[in-house]
Amino acid sequence: MNRALGIGLWVLAVAAGLAVFLLAPHFVSDFHSRDLARAGVFFIAIVGLNLLTGYTGQISLGHGALMAIGGYTTAALVVHEHWRDVWTIPLAGIAAGVVGFIIGLPALRLSGIYLALATFGFAVAMPSLLKKFSGLTGGSQGLRFLESAPQQVTGLAGTVTIFGHTMTQNHFLYYLTWSIGIVGFAIAWLIVRGGFGRVVRSVRDSEIAAVSSGVNLARTKTVSFAISGVYAGVAGALLAIQDEIVNPLSFTFLLSILILVGAVVGGLGSLPGLVFGALFVQYLPTISTHVSTRAGVPDFVYGVAIILVMILLPTGVGGLLRRVARPLTTRLYTRP
Amino acid sequence: MLLAIDWTELAQQTVIGLSSGGLWALLALAIVLIYRSTGVINFAQGEMAMFSTFIAWSLINHGLSYWEAFLLTLAISFAGGIGIERAVIRPVERAPVLTIVIVTIGLLFVVDGAARWFWSSETRSLPNAFSTRPITIAGVAFSIQDLGNIAVSLGVVALLAVLFRFTKVGLALRASAVNPEESRLLGIRVSWMLALGWGLAAAMGAVSGMLTAPALASFDQNLMQPVLLYALAGAVLGGLESPLGAVVGSLLLGVFVNLTGTYIGWIGTDLRLPLAFAVILGVLLVRPSGLFGRPSVRRV
Repeated sequence: MNRALGIGLWVLAVAAGLAVFLLAPHFVSDFHSRDLARAGVFFIAIVGLNLLTGYTGQISLGHGALMAIGGYTTAALVVHEHWRDVWTIPLAGIAAGVVGFIIGLPALRLSGIYLALATFGFAVAMPSLLKKFSGLTGGSQGLRFLESAPQQVTGLAGTVTIFGHTMTQNHFLYYLTWSIGIVGFAIAWLIVRGGFGRVVRSVRDSEIAAVSSGVNLARTKTVSFAISGVYAGVAGALLAIQDEIVNPLSFTFLLSILILVGAVVGGLGSLPGLVFGALFVQYLPTISTHVSTRAGVPDFVYGVAIILVMILLPTGVGGLLRRVARPLTTRLYTRP
Repeated sequence: MLLAIDWTELAQQTVIGLSSGGLWALLALAIVLIYRSTGVINFAQGEMAMFSTFIAWSLINHGLSYWEAFLLTLAISFAGGIGIERAVIRPVERAPVLTIVIVTIGLLFVVDGAARWFWSSETRSLPNAFSTRPITIAGVAFSIQDLGNIAVSLGVVALLAVLFRFTKVGLALRASAVNPEESRLLGIRVSWMLALGWGLAAAMGAVSGMLTAPALASFDQNLMQPVLLYALAGAVLGGLESPLGAVVGSLLLGVFVNLTGTYIGWIGTDLRLPLAFAVILGVLLVRPSGLFGRPSVRRV
């Protein structure tokens, strides 16, 4: 009986989430659905980072660079090879996954903060590397879809028709991004609930205990990095598709830091809170400029907001949700 | 010709490398100081140093001489560092480490925003701390500024070493970093020791900023961003646990980066930072806790 109630509530929550997903762009202006689409990019990257940092315990400050790999893969395929923009997404994911795997290799030797700073180095180096290899990447100009391959940009005509539904380009980008986000979220959920999820958590909680229980540390860490990289790559590809341009400035180390901020605000080791993390990272800068546009004030407000959230919610929104939900779920599942 | 090395040029470039490395070393030391006591990398360290430099600039604009402003800024930064620790770090003292790291990232935005808010974006410059006249040693002309920077950096490091090794406060600082629980039992106010660490770190950052700025024709609010990145690299190279490592690591990095940038044309200026991090990755793969770090041993 109680179990049925629990499942009922759960189904209700999922249905509510899907309803919000489907209807959200109709309640905001066309222009703002583009912002929501951008939040979806952060969401995907944050889900990926959370799998790595929240569940496997490996801190990465280099996810912005992995997004760059994804974004530039998409851009190069569109601009140089004239691929249709949306079809490049899987390849962008794979490319970033492979690079993620390679970045994961030092994780076998380094731990904690040293790994974080090694990945940070990757993020710091990325813009200079992109500028240096200008033959492929267009240097500091970047790659512009509209100049080189406008016919490959979906929705350039203003509307997109899918399965008989015609929608504006901004709505298309929103649905594209968040559909992928929801699928990615579901996959992440299945991963952390399954056997591999238990393995990665054991690595996070105690590497020595995990190894003693027969966990292959090397494989677990590198595979986690690779999975996380796929998410970042897909996010980067979507970012490129939304902007119709990539350049080194889109992928500075600040992006890596923002993704980490989003993951911690959303709640490490928890999935439902991550939507808030994504919205936080996307909307806070805009909200800050509403306070005052005077030079420096938005940054100041932004920083104060980050600090306050961390002081009030040290375990992020996910931690808060757990605390709120626990009395409810324990009552549901305790047998009299 | 690879063998036709101009030794004069090499000596000069090495000193220039040591000079910038010395400035990175001060910031690296600040990072290490906070890392040792809390296990947290303070990402705001560079921006705090930039803010201090702006304070010094304002003081000089109000008619103080460079060295008067220097000392006054040190005092203000020290107090400011303690104030920041009390205001924003103390509330999250017991939170997960990553939460504290995110707070320092928030602090980065706050300090950077405040500096852009209080001071306009016009470019400004600091007077030279040392004479710009070059001096000649053994036929090689060195700038007094470079030598002065090295001297001040090493002087600050020596002062810090004396503080930690020979004073009661230093002992308390070390004790609370090594074993906070037991130190508390022995009557050390561990929480205040953390605040003191933040104050010292802020003061060291201020020295780094005030010596970095005069070397530039003009500076703005982005002054310390590259310095922070190199300082992080230097600290990691030396081993985050080790103050000596931070200094040696930064100096080595300074020389290495300057020499490769000068002699290998393909690297030039834009690949210096990637190269620095690549080298560090290489070193870390051989010695995962840096050159001077000791691998941590834990009971399970």
